[in-house]
Amino acid sequence: MSDPHLVIDRVSKRFDPRVTLGDRIAARLGARVELRGVQAVRDVSLAIAPGETLGLVGESGCGKSTLGRMAAGIMAPTSGTVRLEGRPVMSPGGTKLTTRVQTVFQDPFASLNPRMSVGEILAEGPVAHGLTTRENARDYVAGWLDRVGLDRSYVGRFPHQFSGGQRQRIAIARALAMQPDVLVCDEPVASLDVSIQAQIINLFLKLRRELGLTYLFISHDLGVVRHISDRVAIMYLGRIVEIGTADALYADPRHPYTQALLASVPRLMTEDAVGAEFAPIAGEIPSPLAPPPGCPFHTRCPAAGPRCVAEMPDLVPTGAQRVACHLYTGGVELAA
Amino acid sequence: MTEPLLQVRDLHTHFFTRAGEVKAVNGVSFSVDRGRVLGLVGESGSGKSVTGYSILGLIDPPGRIVSGSIRFEGRELVGLDPDELRALRGRRIAMVFQDATATLNPVLTVGRQMTLAIRAHERASDRAARDLALDVLKKVGIPDPASRLNTYPHELSGGMRQRVAIAVALLHRPALIVADEPTTALDVSVQAQIIFEMRDLVRSLGTAMIWITHDLATVSSLADDVLVMYAGRMVEAGPTRVTLRAPRHPYTAGLLASVPSRNPKGVDLPQIPGSTPSLLRLPPGCPFQPRCPRATPVCREDPPRVVDSGREALCHHPLPPASQAAA
Ligand SMILES: Nc1ncnc2c1ncn2[C@@H]1O[C@H](COP(=O)(O)OP(=O)(O)O)[C@@H](O)[C@H]1O
Ligand SMILES: Nc1ncnc2c1ncn2[C@@H]1O[C@H](COP(=O)(O)OP(=O)(O)O)[C@@H](O)[C@H]1O
Ligand code: SF4
Ligand SMILES: [Mg+2]
Ligand SMILES: [Mg+2]
Repeated sequence: MSDPHLVIDRVSKRFDPRVTLGDRIAARLGARVELRGVQAVRDVSLAIAPGETLGLVGESGCGKSTLGRMAAGIMAPTSGTVRLEGRPVMSPGGTKLTTRVQTVFQDPFASLNPRMSVGEILAEGPVAHGLTTRENARDYVAGWLDRVGLDRSYVGRFPHQFSGGQRQRIAIARALAMQPDVLVCDEPVASLDVSIQAQIINLFLKLRRELGLTYLFISHDLGVVRHISDRVAIMYLGRIVEIGTADALYADPRHPYTQALLASVPRLMTEDAVGAEFAPIAGEIPSPLAPPPGCPFHTRCPAAGPRCVAEMPDLVPTGAQRVACHLYTGGVELAA
Repeated sequence: MTEPLLQVRDLHTHFFTRAGEVKAVNGVSFSVDRGRVLGLVGESGSGKSVTGYSILGLIDPPGRIVSGSIRFEGRELVGLDPDELRALRGRRIAMVFQDATATLNPVLTVGRQMTLAIRAHERASDRAARDLALDVLKKVGIPDPASRLNTYPHELSGGMRQRVAIAVALLHRPALIVADEPTTALDVSVQAQIIFEMRDLVRSLGTAMIWITHDLATVSSLADDVLVMYAGRMVEAGPTRVTLRAPRHPYTAGLLASVPSRNPKGVDLPQIPGSTPSLLRLPPGCPFQPRCPRATPVCREDPPRVVDSGREALCHHPLPPASQAAA
């Protein structure tokens, strides 16, 4: 494996509880108000090689966006560091230190300023960081519009004049105009129509070929992630529970959660055979406000034993991947 | 042969807006039988919800059913007296929306709103209402239903809220449920649970269901029949598996081809160029014609309805039927 490029080193994020007005009134009246923070990301370490695409999968609330924001240097971890080629992406004080990691979000409308033209949206960052000058901005922007498959004549138009797919292209062009090495893509096709999703996935593939970009690609869509990723990490309640090459992980998932997740998704069936095409995972995800002790999956896991309730499993090499599960750390029974 | 439970014929529902006449549903026909699930598929704005609302008589000005027929249990619903429609809604036809909070009253407990929903259509003692509520909550897979009766909607997870909304829809044992993207906002694992349960439920109760979605995989695992919409028009309809295996309409074929899991990893996906047209500026003839790889000049005229062994496609140049496609 080549040198790691983006290193996420033992990163955790805790959101402090928000004190609501109701809580304050209740407290004033003498009630005991219990405030619990959310441990959104718990002790995650990842390394992404130059030009590699790492897919990050998990159900909503498991901490994908929080981890993505910390990787992009736009959110400060509670502990741990994120480094690009050895240098931190964020200062301890919470200032973003690099322009070489950029982000593309799910909702291109929310992330584009409605009062700015496409030209202004794309030129703002590059001019501020000296990647181009105000005089050359028009040509600079036109080049990036070409790259993402938008007509150069669109520079003077505003976000509301575009379809969802075109807006996502604008958001991608804005990120690219900062000349990043790493793109953090947070559910970039989730809000797009089915026929447009393929167009945007193809654009990501093309940009990777042409610019050698490194992607942290966040999605809840297992099919999309498999298609685009070299390696895949599965998150559950703030932790990575399994990580490995896309081929190995999909062909031979080891963690009970990964196995259940893959089996639970309705597949596109075109043959007449009816039967157990998919099997839902039992139960609900526990609240991140009160994560269970031990293995976070033990409340839903068919293989869980007493040790799973007592001890948090570490990520250990298992087969071609790394897995955090006691089935692979010596067993689910407690040592006598 | 007896009449199907629901038969929709050449439905046209238009909105008369200041910008012009929006033909949201433009000549849609289908039928649904007891115990069957019809998957209504299409991209956003293709007219799926408006089709569902039309059946429930929920089209308000500036919208109107301009023409067509909706026969349900032998009765014509188009032009039916609003009071009679209201009596049908909730009792014989129920709807489940994407956003359960739109159906559930936030200030009432689950038990209270279920009792009110029951009494909207029938007299029931507190005891009988409670028993019925518990029964349907259990049916939709809610663990420990008795304890849920006293909770408020916001105290439930998204998946549990949607289950409660489905339970409310089931209260009067409706003959037909129209479910409008009921799992789209939910997590994959919760989505799978609900689809799994709904499939068993409609089978065991003999309820007919129209399941509206943009997700072909969901349709393939839930629906007996599928109807594909594009820009207000139906483009293809037929039994689900054979339609998805050998689609006849180029739009359906294009959608299926672009699904990542049907392509080798990492290769460019076969994509449909362009984007869906504005309903105010529809191209002449086939609405898919500007994006269609098979289009020829004749496609600027209205496409014929091509019918073959229980399947139909509206297309000048349909792909060969399943028997001729490679097995
Ligand atoms: N700014 C925030 N303040 C408080 N809690 C947050 C904030 N952002 C995220 N969370 C919480 O952190 C957890 C992880 O959220 P997120 O990273 O958005 O998950 P995902 O992207 O996987 O859906 C959730 O419980 C969420 O409610
Ligand atoms: N109240 C309304 N006024 C004007 N146009 C409407 C109204 N409701 C729906 N439409 C239009 O009808 C079309 C179909 O909408 P809809 O059935 O909601 O699509 P889908 O459910 O397939 O996403 C859309 O183009 C929408 O703009
Ligand atoms: S550690 Fe235990 S509970 Fe967790 S996934 Fe493995 S077997 Fe299941
Ligand atoms: Mg997120
Ligand atoms: Mg809709």
